[in-house]
Amino acid sequence: MNYFPDEVIEHVFDYVVSHSDRNSLSLVCKSWYRIERFTRQRVFIGNCYSISPERLVERFPDLKSLTLKGKPHFADFSLVPHGWGGFVYPWIEALAKNKVGLEELRLKRMVVSDESLELLSRSFMNFKSLVLVSCEGFTTDGLAAVAANCRSLRELDLQENEVEDHKGQWLSCFPENCTSLVSLNFACLKGEINIGALERLVARSPNLKSLRLNRSVPVDALQRILMRAPQLMDLGIGSFFHDLNSDAYAKLKTTILKCTSITSLSGFLEIMDCIGDKGLGVVASTCKDLQELRVFPSAPFGNQGAVTEKGLVAISMGCRKLHSLLYFCHQMTNAALITVAKNCPNFIRFRLCILDATKPDPDTMQPLDEGFGAIVQSCKRLRRLSLSGQLTDQVFLYIGMYAEQLEMLSIAFAGESDKGMLYVLNGCKKLRKLEIRDCPFGDTALLTNIGKYETMRSLWMSSCEVTVGACKTLAKKMPSLNVEIFGEGEQADCYVEDGQRVEKMYLYRTVAGKREDAPEYVWTL
Amino acid sequence: MVFDETELRLGLPGNIIGAAGKVTEVVVARKRGFSETESETDQTTTVDLKLNLSSKEGTADPVEKNKEKTLLLSDSGVKPPAKAQVVGWPPVRSFRKNMFAAQKSNKGLEESEKKSNTNPISFVKVSMDGAPYLRKVDLKMYKSYPELSDALAKMFNLFTNGIKDFMKESKVMDLLNSSDYVPTYEDKDGDWMLVGDVPWE
Repeated sequence: MNYFPDEVIEHVFDYVVSHSDRNSLSLVCKSWYRIERFTRQRVFIGNCYSISPERLVERFPDLKSLTLKGKPHFADFSLVPHGWGGFVYPWIEALAKNKVGLEELRLKRMVVSDESLELLSRSFMNFKSLVLVSCEGFTTDGLAAVAANCRSLRELDLQENEVEDHKGQWLSCFPENCTSLVSLNFACLKGEINIGALERLVARSPNLKSLRLNRSVPVDALQRILMRAPQLMDLGIGSFFHDLNSDAYAKLKTTILKCTSITSLSGFLEIMDCIGDKGLGVVASTCKDLQELRVFPSAPFGNQGAVTEKGLVAISMGCRKLHSLLYFCHQMTNAALITVAKNCPNFIRFRLCILDATKPDPDTMQPLDEGFGAIVQSCKRLRRLSLSGQLTDQVFLYIGMYAEQLEMLSIAFAGESDKGMLYVLNGCKKLRKLEIRDCPFGDTALLTNIGKYETMRSLWMSSCEVTVGACKTLAKKMPSLNVEIFGEGEQADCYVEDGQRVEKMYLYRTVAGKREDAPEYVWTL
Repeated sequence: MVFDETELRLGLPGNIIGAAGKVTEVVVARKRGFSETESETDQTTTVDLKLNLSSKEGTADPVEKNKEKTLLLSDSGVKPPAKAQVVGWPPVRSFRKNMFAAQKSNKGLEESEKKSNTNPISFVKVSMDGAPYLRKVDLKMYKSYPELSDALAKMFNLFTNGIKDFMKESKVMDLLNSSDYVPTYEDKDGDWMLVGDVPWE
């Protein structure tokens, strides 16, 4: 197979960058597997329990960048009890022990302790980039360690983490000779920061391109900081502005306009649904290039009629480039969804959340099967879909039939029978993550197509009709899966009878076997 | 304005109100009107009243209707979500909820600070078990407890004879024939309030 020396093949492999392509390379033959593994620099692990840290280090000794994801997505909505898992420490420990030259670590929904941050900061001399998304378990002390010890740090990006603020001076811990910062985002920190230290840090960071501050930075300080960083491209302000007529705001506006390279701003406009359908109409008529939109509920059950299907239709007519949408609303109609499907066939992500989860089309009192059916039929590139509203098995028939590129599906309070879930499992060839809550899917749905789960990353089912016995059967037949069941933080041994309904089940494919760090209330079958 | 501690609850003898869990249930029951209240407490009741004296013309709450439909059809034991009762719904990260709450409370604080300088309002929400809507009473109007008690009695005079009177068809027909629909609104706590108790200003 090899007509070229290894060095030539390595050189060619340098151009192959995407994870899936590199995975494919490694499957061609033994010698390509060998060459690929020694040249692999970036590894993405979508489920931290699918493989052990030791195995990772063994296979890819030259690793520079690691991305890890921990808890299931529904952990975001308080459905996963505390202490479930997703600890990063063993990974950092394994990488450090094996002297991997780690330069970048990207974590999502993981538990990150100060101890792990300290170990990280001391173990990798060339460490450049730390990105933490929706993580928890650390304090500003851990950040201080990273600031103090990572001499070549370029990026510190904290997105929506739960960070305990110890009112220390973590920002002051960046040494005076640290001038390498390119991106700094601490918007999620709740506490005060040393403004002087921030200003000095910005002043000595000529490469700083992205800066996202938290709410403790007042307008005048922001203005001074901006004066020192005219090269900024991305700016996130911390405070929300109530008074757009103030002098402070005017001054800030002028300063921002002077930063000619700024291409993106955040923190000024978080769209909450008090903007209303009318407001969305304005967005639709002015933001012609809008590609991503998120509309959140301002008051979950008040504010009747704030945002409805009308706003969505307006957006679909005005923003033809829209490809990612997260839309909370009070109601939706089939007609509106059909119109949206026609106007925006380019959706990649379509997440609709009707606050009253089982609400039908208010005009026709019909379920929303036809509307979502139109979406999956028209949007041939759809990769992520979240459903809500009154839905029967029919919508799943449509999804199974048409959603050929679908990778992630989120279902809540929908469906009528096992058939619904089976349409999806049998149909969606590219399905990777399926998460279901409060649906009437039971043992037949779980057990009819068990081979499918090996082709997927994970399946979550909570408050459905699945029983302990069925989970046991599944675990026995599929040793390549971890099948975890747990309740509301109760002991695992409360599940005694096979006929008992399972409150929460999370299964995922793995080569690591049963995990050692599961809390007492998790029962891995 | 937070009047939770001063909220008055009038209940039938034997009703237990007060434990945090129960209160939510009572709130939900109240919102559903008579027919559902009856079926929850007394299994042998056969009268399906659907009185809804406070219904808004033409805009029968589709949420309520939908709940009824789902309740009837569902035999799989899967409960439709009751308002404000479901864990993790709507699916908004608590991180984001807190962010918005903080923003809103900042705004709210500004507004209420403006108001408190003008009119010190002393309205108290009054609820009566089984009543289809609540009332608001301005405590400043009354100089003594007996006065307040009389006023409350008058306010709720439709209901002072207890739910049982509604079982008498004649009384029901009187009500249906005499009173028109009364306007009500849903306040921030999710309670239905009679329009007019709180002055327009």
